Amino acid sequence: MAGKVKWVTDIEKSVLINNFEKRGWIQVAENEDWNFYWMSVQTIRNVFSVETGYRLSDDQIVNHFPNHYELTRKDLMVKNIKRYRKELEKEGSPLAERDENGKYIYLDFVPVTFMLPADYNLFVEEFRKNPSSTWIMKPCGKAQGKGIFLINKLSQIKKWSRDSKTSSFVSQSSKEAYVISLYINNPLLIGGKKFDLRLYVLVSTYRPLRCYMYKLGFCRFCTVKYTPSTSELDNMFVHLTNVAIQKHGDDYNHIHGGKWTVSNLRLYLESTRGKEVTSKLFDEIHWIIVQSLKAVAPIVKLGKYLDELMHPLEDLCIPQGCVYLLLRTTALNDLPVMNNDKHCFECYGYDIIIDDKLKPWLIEVNASPSLTSSTANDRILKYNLINDTLNIAVPNGEIPDCKWNKSPPKEVLGNYEILYDEEMAQSDGADRDLRSRSGQSIGLKGNRARDSVKHVLTTWK
Amino acid sequence: MMLEQDNGLSLAIAQIVQRLKGSSLHSQLERQARGSLHKPEIKLESLKEDIKEFLKTSGWEKKLQNAVYSELSVFPSPCHPAAPPEHIKEPLVYMRKAQGSWEKRILKSLNSMCTELNIPLAQKRPIGEQKELLNKWNEMGTDEPDLSLFRPVYAPKDFLEVLMNLRNPNYENGDQPSFRNHLGLIQVPLKVKDIPELRDSFSELGLTTGQLGIDDSTQVPPELFENEHVRVGQIVLTEQDSAAAQQYVRQGCPTALRAELWALILNISNQPEDILYYEQLKSNVIQHDLLVDSLIYKDVKLTASNDDYYFVFEDYLYQVLLCFSRDTSVLEHFSYNSATPPKSYIRGKLGMEEYAVFYPPNGVIPFHGFSMYVAPLCFLYHEPSKLYQIFREMYVRFFFRLHSISSHPSGIVSLCLLFETLLQTHLPQLFYHLREIGAQPLRISFKWMVRAFSGYLATDQLLLLWDRILGYNSLEILAVLAAAVFAFRAVNLMEVTSLAAAEAVLADLSTLKVMPLLQIFLFATVT
Repeated sequence: MAGKVKWVTDIEKSVLINNFEKRGWIQVAENEDWNFYWMSVQTIRNVFSVETGYRLSDDQIVNHFPNHYELTRKDLMVKNIKRYRKELEKEGSPLAERDENGKYIYLDFVPVTFMLPADYNLFVEEFRKNPSSTWIMKPCGKAQGKGIFLINKLSQIKKWSRDSKTSSFVSQSSKEAYVISLYINNPLLIGGKKFDLRLYVLVSTYRPLRCYMYKLGFCRFCTVKYTPSTSELDNMFVHLTNVAIQKHGDDYNHIHGGKWTVSNLRLYLESTRGKEVTSKLFDEIHWIIVQSLKAVAPIVKLGKYLDELMHPLEDLCIPQGCVYLLLRTTALNDLPVMNNDKHCFECYGYDIIIDDKLKPWLIEVNASPSLTSSTANDRILKYNLINDTLNIAVPNGEIPDCKWNKSPPKEVLGNYEILYDEEMAQSDGADRDLRSRSGQSIGLKGNRARDSVKHVLTTWK
Repeated sequence: MMLEQDNGLSLAIAQIVQRLKGSSLHSQLERQARGSLHKPEIKLESLKEDIKEFLKTSGWEKKLQNAVYSELSVFPSPCHPAAPPEHIKEPLVYMRKAQGSWEKRILKSLNSMCTELNIPLAQKRPIGEQKELLNKWNEMGTDEPDLSLFRPVYAPKDFLEVLMNLRNPNYENGDQPSFRNHLGLIQVPLKVKDIPELRDSFSELGLTTGQLGIDDSTQVPPELFENEHVRVGQIVLTEQDSAAAQQYVRQGCPTALRAELWALILNISNQPEDILYYEQLKSNVIQHDLLVDSLIYKDVKLTASNDDYYFVFEDYLYQVLLCFSRDTSVLEHFSYNSATPPKSYIRGKLGMEEYAVFYPPNGVIPFHGFSMYVAPLCFLYHEPSKLYQIFREMYVRFFFRLHSISSHPSGIVSLCLLFETLLQTHLPQLFYHLREIGAQPLRISFKWMVRAFSGYLATDQLLLLWDRILGYNSLEILAVLAAAVFAFRAVNLMEVTSLAAAEAVLADLSTLKVMPLLQIFLFATVT
């Protein structure tokens, strides 16, 4: 099919628009015939909602999976990971092994978290075990650090205890739902400052899982010196690293924006802590990203069944959202499934904190990582990010055909590296020792136990 | 001839013994020797040999070796016993004179700023302020003193103007300016190496020798060079041999071993007395406020705080530089530095020697960009007293030469001349073109060399470069790199038509890979 790709977006950001224009794509309106829609998360809800009955054709691509919130909503992410761990345990997988304290050895990468108000009592029990601990309250549906606060006393969250007696079937307005997590009060400090890591991960398909990690992630530093002192709990500049919050601090610098490249981090850690522990840290980071994706890509056979069911139903012109809802309400109520719609890809923003024992913790996954640029370097980075993303998602910049196998050639990856390719893993089987050099060991190296464990996992399906 | 050499050698030995005599190493060795008397292997009949053997096996001889090696590396070899001290600082009179007048200018500038702002050069801090500073010691970066009235005492380009006007009064070059003469800005006849000599000096950078920065890239299997190099590095560290370490780092340091290797070469061991000394300096900072402190603050705020790589370490920079200003042990290096520490007088006692003090106490007045000497070291050392000692040693071995006028081969004047000569000899067309459009190459490369490229290269590349500075105990590599950068961007530079455009072509060096550039320039360019 000749002709230029027609694009629509409801996010007016230059890093996007410049990328579309440089490919010679043509801008159209939403109600016209379009091939590529870079949409906000609100719009994706509408596209796949049962009411609108939207049907995407084979030459249309969108930048979100319909139920990305299974991963990107804080409460659902935790739920899915907990469920995933339990299932692995039930199956006797070595991945779900626990240590003598009952902690998962390989899958303990999310700080202890509870939903409020639903799990209030469970939370209180845990809180009392460590009454001097600090917890962080985060609203489920908000982003950019909005509405987050720290607590170290039960009295500070009294109002979430009110609803705890109600039955869990009462649906809570997502605006009031919070998650409360154990605050990591021993973060790794550099130059005395706290930071977190922002990494970009592109998923082109969940089944089979194919994901890419952007090599140019960055660290976001707090402008104010970190102090665990309780008097500073209210000072958000000390504790939260979101750029949106830091930007308003006195010391925010518009040249570097408080950001450091991941390669600087690596150089610093190798120089001051040694190569082995640094490589291990980065291996673990890749590991937890892959595990979080596997947690939402279903691992039971029913998932495959779902895909096979989709085709004949589509041919009957039944809207996808409708099919999905039907299946969910009938048989699969408790099994969250990432709808692996072939029209979708998604670029997630992973937020990770490293503690002072060099253990990485997954804090959250963003479906719509900010495309605003806070510094010149930032703009270049995000421009290139979108560019490389489009090269993978829309091969050759031509009108897409959703029937393709989503396997781009190596040359177009740009600054992305393959993080995990399920198909490749299953066909290869044995070691794919992708060397870790400039340091991007891609999730398959690691200690002996993990290697054999991963080997088991890949051949096991 | 033999007799002279012998005299030279015994003189050198005598001087080193003299310097080591009062050191803590000396007392430690004595203590160790005395303690060894209890050991069964020490026999009265062969006391001397046995103790020597003991010191060898326990590693103390190695420590002494390292100390001697350090002295040899730092202090210049003694020349004629009748040479006056000024000669050791700088043998050429005209250079000494030029340095003297430059210093007068700097001091004048500092004093006038002092008078204008009505701030004393030094004053004791009130107790309240002392307490506050102590509390804020780890986060001085959050302080926002009003620095708008302060200005750096000088910037590299001011210094360049002085160097451009250097002339040797004994040198008469009667020829008309022509192609055969030197076309650059530096017009003094110092001896600099040419490429064959540089190839000889930097032989380990040759094409057939493995290098970190080239042969550890992702495409090269590590079995070919990297693994073995790392293994050798670990052995060098176990042996704790400074000389071996210095030889080793010529091929680059593995990132995980670099911090220890540099400490070994610089002979820094971070003993308790060193930590105590640093704490003492810290308390000096708390008690007294110096005018140069504001200059340091300003410099950090202008440079490192805005740097993508170093902003994280802002607070460490204050902790190092404020202490550095008060460290009188730094005054020792002036015996081989052409510079002389400025003297100041207690208020009202101008000219009276009894009331003269060195100002600042370490004799070093910071200039614009000075903090960038410290910044890269923060990637290697996160313990303040160790970071401090490494920086101080780097300064008294290398960095001081970058901002004082001398004839030393690693002095900035020689580096400038080396840079210009390399460029004129091997890229004459480029040199001529740039000169014609009013873009003398040195005007652009001067700031790189004065800062030892800190803040211009990516940090990992900078560290590879500084590996070689330590390995070869020379700063000449800075001039070679500067020329190599011009060679690399020659095509673009030939097309520019103004100084501003030339600056733009060379504005961003952050993507450069240092070792390939050096290797190509030295070993793969047709001479």
